[in-house]
Amino acid sequence: MLSSGLCKRIIPCLDVANGRTVKGVKFQNLRDIGDPVELAIEYQRQGADELMFLDISASREERSTVFDLVRSVAEHLAIPFTVGGGISKLDDVKKLLSLGADKVSINSSAVQRPQLIAEIAEACGSQCCVVAIDARKVGCEFSSTKSSTNRSDRPAWEVLTKGGSVSTGLDAWVWAQQCVELGAGEFMLTSWDADGTQEGFDIEMVLAFSGLPIPVIASGGAKNPQSFVDVFSLGQADAALAASIFHDGLFTVNQVKTTLKNEGITVRLC
Amino acid sequence: MNANGFAVDLVTSVGGNLGSVARSLTRLGVNFNAVDAGNPPDGSRPIILPGVGAFGAVMSSLRAGDFDQTISSLVKAGTPFLGVCVGMQILFDSSEEAPGVAGLGLVKGNVVKFTQGKVPQTGWNEVRPVNNTSWPSGFVYFVNSYYAKPDCANPESDSVILYEADYFGKFCAAVSVGNITAFQFHPEKSGEFGEGLLKRWVSDVV
Repeated sequence: MLSSGLCKRIIPCLDVANGRTVKGVKFQNLRDIGDPVELAIEYQRQGADELMFLDISASREERSTVFDLVRSVAEHLAIPFTVGGGISKLDDVKKLLSLGADKVSINSSAVQRPQLIAEIAEACGSQCCVVAIDARKVGCEFSSTKSSTNRSDRPAWEVLTKGGSVSTGLDAWVWAQQCVELGAGEFMLTSWDADGTQEGFDIEMVLAFSGLPIPVIASGGAKNPQSFVDVFSLGQADAALAASIFHDGLFTVNQVKTTLKNEGITVRLC
Repeated sequence: MNANGFAVDLVTSVGGNLGSVARSLTRLGVNFNAVDAGNPPDGSRPIILPGVGAFGAVMSSLRAGDFDQTISSLVKAGTPFLGVCVGMQILFDSSEEAPGVAGLGLVKGNVVKFTQGKVPQTGWNEVRPVNNTSWPSGFVYFVNSYYAKPDCANPESDSVILYEADYFGKFCAAVSVGNITAFQFHPEKSGEFGEGLLKRWVSDVV
């Protein structure tokens, strides 16, 4: 079988609010961990393949600071980066891309208005449209009548929005298929069961979605380099995103990648 | 570098957006002059054309004001040229992305779609130099659904390929022919290694 040659990607995630980096545990109890541009440069130096900036600003005024942040990050960074959080309008997407973001990540706004995915794909290209899906396992029998037939034997996950606070009743698998059809370029899949637990990625969930025709970025639960080995070898993720283990200085990106390489997983070491 | 301090001419994308290549050149300390149909290059400086978007859209924006012909004649006259991403693809005769749309035809061959794996190819892949060139191997960032296939009927086609990489089979990741160099990947998004390639091209031609 021919191999892809493509490297598995490691993506540190920086939660930002009002122009500063904060860290979330279950997206609550935030604590400031510094200047996002400085952190971004440090992660690039450590060998990060991409970065994710998630704007968790509470107010519209605070949120406008993300534009200055994107401009500054783009000036300094020579690796791709994605911006997400509170993006609901095509105009905002265009502005973020013109300031230098490579991709945008949309979540609740896409669930509310799926056509946003098609609008972004049409105007800016699928490659810049990352759809973030937060989901929680709801057992093998999905309760919603919306779910498709012949899937009662499969585990199922329900889509959550608004930072996990709203249960949508939407089957994540059905939603993912719809996103692909609308032109999504990548998925960022966050397991609400694993996020913040630091007990490893949700392998079962990642594996269930990794066969989709677009790349899957696994998110939530990274504990140590072995977590990444597992999510790539067992979960077959295309990329893995993590925050705490990098922010806390427990492991560097390079340490994680060295472990991956030693396990025979293709990564970019620099 | 010529009298007015510009080292290269950088073609702006649709809407005048300078984009990531401009920021990379700034980081590298390379002064560039932004050019477009209204302010065309005159051949006194090497030209960089970063292409963003679809083959058909990039070609139709280039055709506005006959800018495609300006570029073609300067390249044919020997002006050093660097194409990036779709800026590489439009050098070829045609693309499966836009049937019936002619490319610049400066390099023989066509542009085809990946038929295996997740498309677009998204992420870092290793490029290996072909034909014993002095260009280094390393990891670069790709986002592409299509790749150029230099004309196999052309006996010189092999010597055109500068870099190859694997995505469920070998594909052409860069070409170098005469004064033309082109990268399918994004050197400006490929960390130190990628910016090193950009720097190397600039120092070769300026």
